[in-house]
Amino acid sequence: MSRIIMDGNEAAASAAYRLNELCSIYPITPSSTMAELSDEWSAKGRRNVYGTVPSVIEMQSEGGAAGALHGALQGGALSTTFTASQGLLLMIPNMYKIAGELTSTVLHVAARSLAAQGLSIYGDHQDVMAVRQTGFAMISSSSVQEAHDTAAIAQLATLRSRVPFVHFFDGFRTSHEENSVELLSDEQLAAFVPKELVRAHRRRALSPEHPYIRGTAQNPDTYFQGREASNPYYNEVPAIVATAMEEFAAISGRSYSLVEYHGDPEADRVVVIMGSGAQTVRSTVSYLNEHGQKVGVVQLRLYRPLPTEQILAAIPATARVVAVLDRTKEPGSGGEPLFLDVAAAIGEASAAGRRQKLPLLVGGRYGLSSKEFTPAMVVGIFDELALPSPRPRFTIGINDDVTMLSLPYDPTLDLEDPATLRAVFYGLGSDGTVGANKNSVKIIGAIENTYAQGYYVYDSKKSGSRTVSHLRFGPNPIEAPYLVSQAGFIGCHQWSILERADVLEFARPGTVLLINTPYEPDQVFAHLPVPMQRKIIDLGIELWAIDANLVARKAGMGRRTNTVLQTCFFAISKVLPREEAIEEVKRTIRKTYGRKGADVVAKNEAAVDASVENLHRIEVPTAPVGAKEMIPPVPAKAPDFVRDVTASMLLGTGDSLPVSALPVDGTYPSGTTKYEKRNISDIIAEWDPDACIQCGNCAFVCPHAVLRAKYYSDSALDGAPESFQSAPLNAAGFPGSRYTLQVYAEDCTGCGLCVEACPVKPLGSGGSRKAINLAPVLERSKQIQNVSFFESIPVNRRSRIDFANVRGAQFLEPLFEFSGACSGCGETPYLKLLTQLFGGRATVANATGCSSIYGGNLPTTPWSSNKYGRGPAWSNSLFEDNAEFGLGLRLAADLHTATARQRLEELRDELGDETVDAILNAPQQYESELSQQRARVDALKALLDTMSGPGVEDLRSVADHLLRRSVWIVGGDGWAYDIGSAGVDHVLASGRNVNILVLDTEVYSNTGGQASKSTPLGAVAKFAAGGKVTTKKDMALQATAYGNVYVARVAMGADPQQTLKAFREAEAYDGPSLILAYSHCIAHGIDMRKGLDQQYAAVASGHWPLMRYNPVLRAAGKNPFLLDSPRPRMPLRDYHVKELRFRMLMNSDPEAAEQLLTLGQEQVNRRWAEYEEMATRGAERFAEVAGG
Amino acid sequence: MDTTYLGMELRSPLVASAGPLSQTVDGVRELADTGMGAVVLYSLFEEQVLAQAERDTLLEELNSESFPEATSYFPDIVDPEATSPAQAYLSLVERAAAAIDVPLIASLNASGTGSWVGFARQLADAGASALELNIYFVPGDVTLPGTDVEARHLEIVAAVKQAVDIPVAVKLSPFFSSVGNFALQLVEAGADGLVLFNRFLQPSVDTEQLSVVPGVSLSSPADAKVPRTWIATLRNRTSVSLAATSGVETADDVAAYLLAGADVVMTTSSLVRHGAGYARRLIDGLDDWMLRKEFGSVADFRGLLAVPADTDPTASARAGYVSALERAKSTYGSLRG
Repeated sequence: MSRIIMDGNEAAASAAYRLNELCSIYPITPSSTMAELSDEWSAKGRRNVYGTVPSVIEMQSEGGAAGALHGALQGGALSTTFTASQGLLLMIPNMYKIAGELTSTVLHVAARSLAAQGLSIYGDHQDVMAVRQTGFAMISSSSVQEAHDTAAIAQLATLRSRVPFVHFFDGFRTSHEENSVELLSDEQLAAFVPKELVRAHRRRALSPEHPYIRGTAQNPDTYFQGREASNPYYNEVPAIVATAMEEFAAISGRSYSLVEYHGDPEADRVVVIMGSGAQTVRSTVSYLNEHGQKVGVVQLRLYRPLPTEQILAAIPATARVVAVLDRTKEPGSGGEPLFLDVAAAIGEASAAGRRQKLPLLVGGRYGLSSKEFTPAMVVGIFDELALPSPRPRFTIGINDDVTMLSLPYDPTLDLEDPATLRAVFYGLGSDGTVGANKNSVKIIGAIENTYAQGYYVYDSKKSGSRTVSHLRFGPNPIEAPYLVSQAGFIGCHQWSILERADVLEFARPGTVLLINTPYEPDQVFAHLPVPMQRKIIDLGIELWAIDANLVARKAGMGRRTNTVLQTCFFAISKVLPREEAIEEVKRTIRKTYGRKGADVVAKNEAAVDASVENLHRIEVPTAPVGAKEMIPPVPAKAPDFVRDVTASMLLGTGDSLPVSALPVDGTYPSGTTKYEKRNISDIIAEWDPDACIQCGNCAFVCPHAVLRAKYYSDSALDGAPESFQSAPLNAAGFPGSRYTLQVYAEDCTGCGLCVEACPVKPLGSGGSRKAINLAPVLERSKQIQNVSFFESIPVNRRSRIDFANVRGAQFLEPLFEFSGACSGCGETPYLKLLTQLFGGRATVANATGCSSIYGGNLPTTPWSSNKYGRGPAWSNSLFEDNAEFGLGLRLAADLHTATARQRLEELRDELGDETVDAILNAPQQYESELSQQRARVDALKALLDTMSGPGVEDLRSVADHLLRRSVWIVGGDGWAYDIGSAGVDHVLASGRNVNILVLDTEVYSNTGGQASKSTPLGAVAKFAAGGKVTTKKDMALQATAYGNVYVARVAMGADPQQTLKAFREAEAYDGPSLILAYSHCIAHGIDMRKGLDQQYAAVASGHWPLMRYNPVLRAAGKNPFLLDSPRPRMPLRDYHVKELRFRMLMNSDPEAAEQLLTLGQEQVNRRWAEYEEMATRGAERFAEVAGG
Repeated sequence: MDTTYLGMELRSPLVASAGPLSQTVDGVRELADTGMGAVVLYSLFEEQVLAQAERDTLLEELNSESFPEATSYFPDIVDPEATSPAQAYLSLVERAAAAIDVPLIASLNASGTGSWVGFARQLADAGASALELNIYFVPGDVTLPGTDVEARHLEIVAAVKQAVDIPVAVKLSPFFSSVGNFALQLVEAGADGLVLFNRFLQPSVDTEQLSVVPGVSLSSPADAKVPRTWIATLRNRTSVSLAATSGVETADDVAAYLLAGADVVMTTSSLVRHGAGYARRLIDGLDDWMLRKEFGSVADFRGLLAVPADTDPTASARAGYVSALERAKSTYGSLRG
């Protein structure tokens, strides 16, 4: 048996994969890793314990995965799937079927929250509790080891009982926790799950050799009895699982039971719980028992069928009060499900006289969305239970100041094993801190008699995101499924973090603190914020510092400081003897980098040695020095909500926000990213006014809206800061006007797309400089003044701007700004453009995915508003229903427009013909017409305010709809091509005026790069580890088949003007529009700065031909199909070799890569010929548009 | 048309040199199908491969471990222990060698001695019939003495020869102070053949854009003169194989090289210009010429115009130089103006 470090997902998948023949999968956080690993293993030819390589098939949704699972099971294959949250909900219909047909399978679920007032990717039991009625048996794991073991136990139990199982464990807390796991060998697994059971499963399959039917329609006469017929199978499940657990103990030495009691046999207070929280309660109970408290815990492993007898037997007869903890919430219920189950069991038993004493029964909620659940909270619960009349319902871990349900507890309580070393590291996603820590956990966990645990917390930004690593090492198994507190070691790998957040939150007396600092050793302390200095002094913290950036740079490692800081940790943490630790680091380096050549290894080893040499112990004075304060998360001028609520989330103290601080219905203010000056890049754009030709290309492509252009009269420069830059406006008809391109220095991510888009190469610059360049920045006070002055200059009037071209569009105010998307994101420039053109009257339906995350993940949102308070209204419904959701918004708008027009007509006498006719007959296609209509509507509203009557009130409530509303349906290719495909198709077919914008990254970007039907042939992606073998779906061509759909395929990096034209035409078209926008992405494996070049290459190679299909042209008797890009002038190979997603296959399977490339080139040629033919057809060969 | 090169019997003295046409199995097959005697694969550049591997690792790690829903963006499909960074090239060697019925010669360009040996072994294991070491130092380092450059070459050749069993040819540049002598030293160090010569890719200048443009130009017949001269000089001084490369545009150019003493004549430029099928025309042209000149085999005329072994080399070269000058004077007028 081998003990290795892995996370819960891998632990579960390792057993599940080896015990199945088929995995039908779909990505969803936090379960995706299980599916990804299965796909990788299958691609590598890894066999299951039956000697075959399992098939892995990605479906278009979890609904599809469940359907394929159902079919495969009926076909006799041992099949499984992995999912969570909304995915599990989509499986419900099939789950009833699978269970109703008594079909053996185990579904592995990384249990996660459900989308309600907001979605959450984090862990709780809302999803699994929503399937407890399906007929699946349910079994829960409380640790990484258990996730592995239970996966096997459930497999045996389902094959023996024929009842299908859901095996679940806590999302993130268990699925993503790394811990020491004893892995079952193939031999152990094969012996544990006898082949005969597999054959029996096969025998139950559908076969024309011995046909029968299953899945009948039944009638009142027999359905009921049929439903009851399977009862005996359910009755046997507890015994079957218990036996399986015993057999498992025999082969593994690890014993489990359905229900486990831990604590004082004569406890007066008992907690019932399942999932990872059980570990926390167990260790707390041990502690309290040692301190003389009569408490105990009942841990449930089998939840369905409910093992009533075992639960009753486990709860000591002495219990005065039983608290049942649910990690879920059922608003309006009498209690959460586990509580109701246990209460019913005890109540029934007492009433029937089978139990002497009826204890007090209380129900508590904890840990929703991975809310921490700590021993301190458990003590808080037991304290409450000790009261004569504990609250019958409570919550723990939050401050409910509204319904007063939350229990108090002492958060400083620390019950952890003193032999365990606890360490916390603060880093940025880009600095490799988490990677290095995962590596440390592996190194230490591999040492005999040493156990290790790693858990990583990320923030919700995709660029400049902060990471906090929580590591534990010790001589005893680590059972602590909660964050580290009172750390013995704290590493702050980024100076910018300690200036903004309290990195000593988890410090205790004597903590060893390592800081990565740009300052000299004797200067470090004085540069720390005073509150931090004070804490260091008060707690007697041992302070160490290193300029890791300098050491890394000198060692030729660029900006990657991970090796340097990892070495420092080993050097001073005493987790291992220093020399041994450093040798281990070097050994890992040789292993990791060996194949990249001796130079790389030498570089890294040199970095290790240099780290030790440049690490300094810092002397701590007895009193604070200087007056440096923490940098506040938001400016003082920010609105109240931002200062009170948003700021707390930004600081990382959102856990302390009381219930009353939060909106009751998930409605949050727009435009909050502007308060969050993140300063995430130390190189930012710098404008050269003398060289600039004011073409607007840079502002057009800027993904973060940090480049803003304005023109203004000379006099507006009065009072400008000295450093404020401007140039004469380069346009006819504006004599004396000035132009400024302002860089928002605190928001720029340094992605460099602007530099790439700039067409100017000033003479004498050697060809390397442009009119906008990246430059290092240390201090931004001048830029801040400049931005402030720039904002005081009025935004240019829309009516004075020609936004038919890119040069004009730069003056339109973006209402999507400073998003936390990846630096250099390929999607956000399109969204920004959308808001510039239509933002003031747009409603946006956003499918779940990257765009819903950088668009709507708290704390802040980039969707913003203009000085009139108008801006895009944004909402995310789900992943799968976005097109339908957006159509609903359209339908509502149309209804309200119709109502408004009707009321207007009804009030004709009062309002006057002129007003009414002007509004009713106004054309509203072009901006000038729209602004006139807006003025009319404003005048109408003012007029209505002076009137009264029911018709007036009614018209007033819908008057805004007299201005044409722009409905946008936005999402990625995972949505449009896969899970939402049917909805997209239906909405396109509806003929209604919606605009569908597909931000096509050709992969599921948000969940980490899984293949979609948009992924091109030959690309490697997760779920297509062996390279995608099917061609990308041509959605544009499909949509043109309707004839009345406006379709455009655009790529900003290849032709921004065509992009602009397509957006305007799509919006102006009174019918459904579809824009497919090429969006370069980190999941392509490119230097993001070259994103636009790759867009160009995609078009030039014919991979992404630019086109428009405009039904308006057909109506005018012209050919509606416009081919906007020239004939391919670059072989597909030249586009492919620049992207890692294609290169990976060239390295791993060159033969397949070559074949797929040949096929891809043929496909490009064929499609081009087809497009060319379409573009040159007569109009009569395209469908005529009804009413056109 | 048979000839022997690096101990291998070839059906034709025309060989495809390292170039862009041999990047795929189909490309190699197409070259072999023209009737050529052997195919040299495009060069495996060690630095390129390693730099790419390092870049790819960075790209793979870019934005990883930053966001809870996506702790990585690519599947882990490469087994770090088992895979050479040159996997694609090795696979091409393996598949191309199996796809053609003439020898496949792998071409290697590395930096450190250790890398030369390592890659040479991998190429031999992948099934290359022979190895061409493309030793190519860009002479940008003005601090590096010529003796060091030569020592480096000899060291590499000796090390690679020791590591592999297949024949090894060395493709060298003409820029040595005594290139003939140095060629013989390479033979001494173990080279089974010499490929004359490598062409430096010298950048040009774009006067409009004021920028330096990387120079990748195809060779022209004039480029054949230097290699031909040296082949003629070396032919009767060594028994190892001599391959001529550069400046082959017509069958006459092929014949000229063979007359000078080359065992094989390599071309890429003409094939890039006219397509792989052009090789057939070169071979047929050579055939016609042989018929016309009544040569029954390549051996009948190979080295016919080589410098005889008993010639005083100094006198020969000096005489050639003087006579060339005399001829030039009569063509262009007095050089002294």
